[in-house]
Amino acid sequence: MLELKSVTKTVGQEAHIDDVSLALEPGTLNVLLGPTLAGKTSLMRLMAGLDRPSDGQVIMNGVDVTGLPVRQRNVAMVYQQFINYPTLSVYENIASPLRVAKIAAGEIDRRVREAADLLQLAPYLDRTPLQLSGGQQQRTALARALVKGAELVLLDEPLANLDYKLREELRAELPRIFAESGAIFVYATTEPSEALLLGGNTATLSQGRMTQFGATLDVYRNPVDLITAQTFSDPPLNTIAAVKEGGKLLVDEGRLSVKAPAAASGLADGPCTVAFRPHHLLRDKPGRGAVTFKGTVAVTELTGSESFIHVDMHGARWVALMHGVHAVPSGAEIALHVEPQRFMLFDAQGRLARADIKEAA
Amino acid sequence: MARIEFDRIRHSYEANPQSDADFALKEISMGWDDGGAYALLGPSGCGKTTLLNIISGLLHPTDGHILFDGADVTRAETQARNIAQVFQFPVIYDTMTVRENLAFPLVNRGVEHSEIARRVEETLRIIDLEDKADRRARGLTADEKQKISLGRGLVRNDVNAILFDEPLTVIDPHMKWVLRSKLKELHQRFAFTMIYVTHDQTEALTFADKVVVMYEGQVVQTGTPDELFLKPRHTFVGYFIGSPGMNVLPCSMDGKTAHVGDQAIKLKHGAPTDAGELALGIRPEFITLTSGRKGLPFTVGRVEDIGRFRIVHGDVAGHKVAAMLAEGAEIPAHPRAVFDPANLNLYADSWLVEPQGVAA
Amino acid sequence: MNKTWNNRAWFMVLPVLLLVAFNAVIPLMTVVNYSVQETFGNNLFFFEGVKWFQEVLRSDRFHASLMRQLLFTFLILAIEIPLGVAIALAMPRSGFWVPVCLVLMALPLLIPWNVVGAMWNIFALPDIGLLGYGLNALGFDYNFTRGPLAAWFTVVLMDVWHWTSLVVLLAYAGLRSIPDAYYQAARIDGASPWAVFWYIQLPKMKRVLTIAVLLRFMDSFMIYTEPFVLTGGGPGNTTTFLSIDLVKAALGEFNLGIAAAMSIIYFLMTLLVCWVFYTAMMRGEDQ
Repeated sequence: MLELKSVTKTVGQEAHIDDVSLALEPGTLNVLLGPTLAGKTSLMRLMAGLDRPSDGQVIMNGVDVTGLPVRQRNVAMVYQQFINYPTLSVYENIASPLRVAKIAAGEIDRRVREAADLLQLAPYLDRTPLQLSGGQQQRTALARALVKGAELVLLDEPLANLDYKLREELRAELPRIFAESGAIFVYATTEPSEALLLGGNTATLSQGRMTQFGATLDVYRNPVDLITAQTFSDPPLNTIAAVKEGGKLLVDEGRLSVKAPAAASGLADGPCTVAFRPHHLLRDKPGRGAVTFKGTVAVTELTGSESFIHVDMHGARWVALMHGVHAVPSGAEIALHVEPQRFMLFDAQGRLARADIKEAA
Repeated sequence: MARIEFDRIRHSYEANPQSDADFALKEISMGWDDGGAYALLGPSGCGKTTLLNIISGLLHPTDGHILFDGADVTRAETQARNIAQVFQFPVIYDTMTVRENLAFPLVNRGVEHSEIARRVEETLRIIDLEDKADRRARGLTADEKQKISLGRGLVRNDVNAILFDEPLTVIDPHMKWVLRSKLKELHQRFAFTMIYVTHDQTEALTFADKVVVMYEGQVVQTGTPDELFLKPRHTFVGYFIGSPGMNVLPCSMDGKTAHVGDQAIKLKHGAPTDAGELALGIRPEFITLTSGRKGLPFTVGRVEDIGRFRIVHGDVAGHKVAAMLAEGAEIPAHPRAVFDPANLNLYADSWLVEPQGVAA
Repeated sequence: MNKTWNNRAWFMVLPVLLLVAFNAVIPLMTVVNYSVQETFGNNLFFFEGVKWFQEVLRSDRFHASLMRQLLFTFLILAIEIPLGVAIALAMPRSGFWVPVCLVLMALPLLIPWNVVGAMWNIFALPDIGLLGYGLNALGFDYNFTRGPLAAWFTVVLMDVWHWTSLVVLLAYAGLRSIPDAYYQAARIDGASPWAVFWYIQLPKMKRVLTIAVLLRFMDSFMIYTEPFVLTGGGPGNTTTFLSIDLVKAALGEFNLGIAAAMSIIYFLMTLLVCWVFYTAMMRGEDQ
């Protein structure tokens, strides 16, 4: 088990990682989700031992390894760039960590072929990496990381440089490959959909701080604060500033008044944020309780299977994600509806007030 | 503004191309309407960037002609074609401010000072960078830099076309949404001809009115996003567009009945007897899992829950099939897969079989 | 910031520290020692304070050689940097000629200093040297051992021949690192070749050029061997640069105190300029 205890990394005046505590179990896949510069790579470097934390402890299987250099840890890493030894064959590339560890030739051969089978590289073992496609090059790098039998495998946006479809294929294979290994996997990505497809656990990062950690779907469905909900939403989360006044939520300087549900009673009067996901903004009124918003269509994007309608509502720009083709012209007036139980309410500090609003407005 | 025409364009990077395989771009004849929003979609190495560079004049085709409003520009240099281009990695002039960056193409063309100031001001407003106009461009974020690259095209307001070469590669997911819808809005407002190269289906489909799908140097289908989605002309299009892609089930035909393994499915039309290898194509979106007696037995494998829907991977008559399930829907205990007959396509040698015979 | 820590690494550095101590710190301290004392031989030393420093700083001879030194450094920087950039721009970006050009460019850099001096000495001889004979045949009255102008011309030309390649190689490396998209964008923006140079190539070369200027400054400011072999500092003292003057004072005239004080002033000047460059460079990177 890998434990981080209040790990902080400051460079100059800047906190790259701010007080992160985390416990990762063997045989789990853990996604670090956050935008560029959120601290994903910095956190991985601390886990690997490439950097020493300014404060806090890193504990591996109960042993304090804070400050132990990466060479003395059993760690493997895969990067966004396809990093292989260009002059060595795929076979030798995969075998390289075993050769360093001075493992018997027969055992090396067995483990290399096993990893190659797992990653569908068996036909290419005699080629050099430059004769392979991008996807195969990254598979080679993955095989090398796996064959090492490392306790901790760190993957830093490993699919970012691949084509969309290749990404889709590898992403589908990864959970199976991870499950067979038993190591602790840490996987950094900027894409919420990637986290969801991989499953496992997710830690959301924002500006060097970990905002939430838990089972991926649980974090997605029950974010503890606004930042987490925004980080974990693609298309972007729809939000609007509101003011709670007694039993009412006032939006757009009072131009729209929504009856505050009883479930939001935990929220004090004053400014708050109302948020909901793009696929919960509907064109057809789902029921009597639904809240209706009226606004103007800015632009509509059609993918053939889905439509993204970007709308200006009460001074906010929202996206509605719908099935099928909804070709709404720009500039058109539109009424969209949200079921009240889909609302998430956040207080002035961005903390979730209540996930479920039982009663209609 | 201009209509762009391709007349039997071919291109090879080799000095003496012998066979078809030597051509990175196989023969293409097509037109690009003035004011259209096009996407060139395909995997890496399919020839889409080659095609883009032929339009911009950075590359001269081995064979064929390219016409702008009927005038042959095949050998014309980039400057003479009056096009703008946004590259994969933002290109900005480091030493200049945002304002100077935008003014640069106009200064080079000797436009009058007051006119430059007016157009730069207007462009700043369009790309939402008014408050950063006098900042050094090098200190800005990737998406702001990409806006500047775009702005240098918009400021010229007389360009024949604006070309985009995977412009959102280095942009964070959240900003992608903002930039993409911004592009679409700009297109609707100014009606520039825009041609957008990408390997990302979402970008291509959301941006374009017409998507050109390329595969191994060939255009396999040109169509609107819903044409590509509902009637993929080639199984590659079915696979490449949609996530997950279309399910392809090899089958045999008996009149209007398709046989997949030991299962039979009634179709609206049959295939000619000499049609070659046959297969059924059905998108995961058009498969429903029911507990009734209709449909084909479906063995459930891996299930991916991605929040707003679930992807159920399974097996139908020995073939891998993926189905999509709405948020909250349950998987029945002994599920059967029902294919929506309206969206079930028949393919012969990977090409769509139209109701009247075999498509080309 | 991305450094691996390991205290054992210090042991690896130890030999270098010792080496530096022996060949830099200890000689420097000896020089400092000399610079504040007077000796009349027999290993008798008397403390003199800052007397030698005052004497050096007031001496016309020091001023003259310093001015010559500054003029020389200024001239060769003014010639070599633009010339090096121009040659780098003219070099092919790809193909068969790239390695050929690079090897040709690297050749002068591989020749030892004293050989360069000797080569140019013969090359420039008015009676048998190709350059000297040629110039005289063209009607110039050229003799670098007699005319100060001719001597300067030869010394500067020699340095340009020897060191412009360094600037070329650095500038070329800088140019090669510019992605193609920049040139394509410039073509699309209708930029003239001059605008491409000014707004793309020069800004992208800024860092390597700073390094080139720094290297050429230090080297030329300390130049000794080549002019010593070529002109011996003459005719008269017209090509006596600081280092030549220093050696004359120390070994020719055995004025150890003066020479030591000169060395230290010399050293501090070089250090100052390097520091100014270094901070300028670092500030440029922070932006």
